[in-house]
Amino acid sequence: MDKPFAITLDVGSSLANRTGSWRTSRPLYVDRLPPCNHACPAGENIQQWLYHAESGDYEAAWHALVENNPLPAIMGRVCYHPCEGACNRGRLDEAVGINSVERFLGDEALKRGWQFKRPAALSGKRVLVVGAGPSGLSAAYHLRRLGHAVKIVEAGPLAGGMMRFGIPKYRLPRDVLDGEVARILDMGVELELNRKVTDIRQTMRDEGFAAAFLAVGAHIAKRAYIPAGEAARMLDAVAVLRDMEGADQPMLGRRVVVYGGGNTALDVARTAKRLGATEAIIVYRRTREKMPAHDFEVEEALQEGVLIKWLSTIKNMADEGTLTVEKMALDDKGFPQPTGEFETLEADSLVLALGQDVDLSLLDNVPGLVIKDGVVQVGPDMMTGFPGLFAGGDMVPSERTVTVAVGHGKKAARHIDAWLRGTKYAPPPKHEIATYDHLNAWYYADAPKTVRPVLDLVRRQSTFDEVVSGLDETNALFEARRCLSCGNCFECDNCYGVCPDNAVIKLGPGKRFEFNYDYCKGCGICVSECPCGAITMVPETI
Amino acid sequence: MSTHDTPTERPTQRQPVKFYQTGTFTVGNRLLPENVRSVQADMRRTNSLNSGHRACQGCGEALGARYAIDAAMQATRNQLIAVNATGCLEVFSTPYPETSWQIPWIHSLFGNAAAVASGVAAAMRVKGHSDVRVVAQGGDGGTTDIGFGCLSGMFERNDDVLYLCYDNEAYMNTGVQRSSATPPGARTATTPAVGRQPGNEFGTGKNVPAIAMAHRIPYVATASVANLRDLEQKVTTAMAIRGARYIHIHVPCPLGWGSAPADTIRIARLAVESGLFPLYEAHDGQVTARTPIRRRVPVDDYLKLQKRFAHLFANEAGKERIALVQAVADRNIAEFGLLAGDDAHG
Repeated sequence: MDKPFAITLDVGSSLANRTGSWRTSRPLYVDRLPPCNHACPAGENIQQWLYHAESGDYEAAWHALVENNPLPAIMGRVCYHPCEGACNRGRLDEAVGINSVERFLGDEALKRGWQFKRPAALSGKRVLVVGAGPSGLSAAYHLRRLGHAVKIVEAGPLAGGMMRFGIPKYRLPRDVLDGEVARILDMGVELELNRKVTDIRQTMRDEGFAAAFLAVGAHIAKRAYIPAGEAARMLDAVAVLRDMEGADQPMLGRRVVVYGGGNTALDVARTAKRLGATEAIIVYRRTREKMPAHDFEVEEALQEGVLIKWLSTIKNMADEGTLTVEKMALDDKGFPQPTGEFETLEADSLVLALGQDVDLSLLDNVPGLVIKDGVVQVGPDMMTGFPGLFAGGDMVPSERTVTVAVGHGKKAARHIDAWLRGTKYAPPPKHEIATYDHLNAWYYADAPKTVRPVLDLVRRQSTFDEVVSGLDETNALFEARRCLSCGNCFECDNCYGVCPDNAVIKLGPGKRFEFNYDYCKGCGICVSECPCGAITMVPETI
Repeated sequence: MSTHDTPTERPTQRQPVKFYQTGTFTVGNRLLPENVRSVQADMRRTNSLNSGHRACQGCGEALGARYAIDAAMQATRNQLIAVNATGCLEVFSTPYPETSWQIPWIHSLFGNAAAVASGVAAAMRVKGHSDVRVVAQGGDGGTTDIGFGCLSGMFERNDDVLYLCYDNEAYMNTGVQRSSATPPGARTATTPAVGRQPGNEFGTGKNVPAIAMAHRIPYVATASVANLRDLEQKVTTAMAIRGARYIHIHVPCPLGWGSAPADTIRIARLAVESGLFPLYEAHDGQVTARTPIRRRVPVDDYLKLQKRFAHLFANEAGKERIALVQAVADRNIAEFGLLAGDDAHG
């Protein structure tokens, strides 16, 4: 005992006192599903690629993006971005301009020649993809990455499907489309053009394909019976948009009437305006609220001078180009009913945009298929009733958009891969959604006044209008940094800083944090002060 | 005891930070250069007040003490001695023979922390250790009541000490008795919520930062655990100055205030955002900077999370008293110009 007077014990550290035993509930790090990811029909991990873009590593961001979607430059122009509708930032100020950042990344990749990762190992299996539209291209890309030999057979003269023959150039420039298609082919995907598959089983047998993915799209225009004089010029929208790709542009005249209320009707009316029509009038039988076309497309069309006649049907078209239009009224159930009131419209041509049907002739000899409402029924694994035959895109029941088609291609590719390996693809369990109430929005910086003009500019630029160029690096970086990283730790150090007991261990850049349960008292401050909702409290088991 | 061999220079001015997702509102930010992140974001921070201390769950004082002392350690390149008044902080950090302190630390009596610190500073000067700096720290009881004479003496002599007061607005250690820092209307063990004027009397209390300023000492500031960057910047500024300095830090007490432990920082933030706890700094007795309110809230938002104010929400008479509390907040906002501009953040 060599101690000073009245001292009987050695100096000890409070580390001997394991305050973790006080705890009745413990904090846990979690990853929640950001609403943008949840809303994306192509299953993109948006929050993750924005995370890379935030630090200016655009190549890493692009690689993270193309894990799920091989067509970012196209997406950044034609996707209807349901992600932005779901974005939690919309509750703070305005949604993150995800679509415009995606376009920036896609364009950067084309400009800098970034290439896809090659398959790690080849499977030796051959897969046939019928149709080189978004769904077929997506499936081919994912199958190739999984190591399969892929051949796309396309009936048309060029790849792209509706992206080329349905979407006007002012929304999707063709060099962008060509660039992204070429990059998929560069992976070693074979493409045969101008060949229509007439008997799918025969083709598979003859050429030794172990599985096939059908994505022939819906290219047959629906007709409506409208009595018309012999000299009346009546066209269908699919043909008009397809002819735009040819050498001779369609002759529509000065006064063009488009019949229908979908996005295609708007595309045709806007195209007609660009071809020099003085009048482009859309006739639609219901109201604006009931119109299937997307709101912003309607808005843009109206800005461009397209006129829309609501609650109207076309009864007939006389030789001189006079249309008889009947006024409609919505009944109690919201269905349009004729009123017996007529008026006339002068038109040089009438374009029918009443929807499209699928050409199912290649499936004539396939047993076990279920076809309902003119489309092929598939299971949750995208397989048709015939084993080994998968289908997606516009030819299966779905919302007919490019993004949905891309999502089908990815999903089908994963199931085809499992099927070829004799297993079953089980998607990883989905995390709980990171809703706004999981966030502590206090911590997110407001867009200061000086950056408001930039923000407004970003909004304007995300309108797909090729007259306006895309984001440059500064505003793309700015836009990416507006991401709240909902539900996923972005290493802000808040938990590490706010713990009164130093019970959070910082593991270093990119490695996140862990709790030191020896000392964590379970106060829950870390949970309250986590900006992005990446920590949860769970009761301790006794 | 040097854990920082090459300490990074931290600017004493608030950083104008570009729009980086969270700016500087969070503790760290991977998009910021390391030298402009907070001390608390540093993997090698001192953790001056270590784990295993016996403070309650969600203790604001434990948090405030680590924030302040870690920042002072960084600013002095770990050449720091701390003197502690009696109080929660002393009791929960040093039950014999354990200590949570990872710095030289001394406790003498409840009321003499400022005097002991003056003595330690004098001893260091005599021994020629001019680089060794001294902080004194205590709760509001040990500072605004019991230690007030010694504190005033330390100010008046302009001794080279930074005094840190962790204000949790009552004597929490002994069972929540009223102090001269207890706000009007608050229920404590000695100001029960009974009778016609429940809780602490309106018109009482002592504004110690203002009294410190009246001594014309070189530096006085108020800070809050809800604004880490602001707190660290003030401690760093204080350590760059010689002479008597005083920082008054608002630290919620879940036990004494009747609030949820998880709400400690939220409550401190609401005190600032309502205007009840104005954040400012003063050089030589003159206010030189204030931290603007970012999103103003009514005092109700702050009061209703705390059981010590529950009686204010029980009846009509309480509404009038809440209006009086709101008037205090409004006066602070007007006096310090807390709504002017937003230029301190970015």
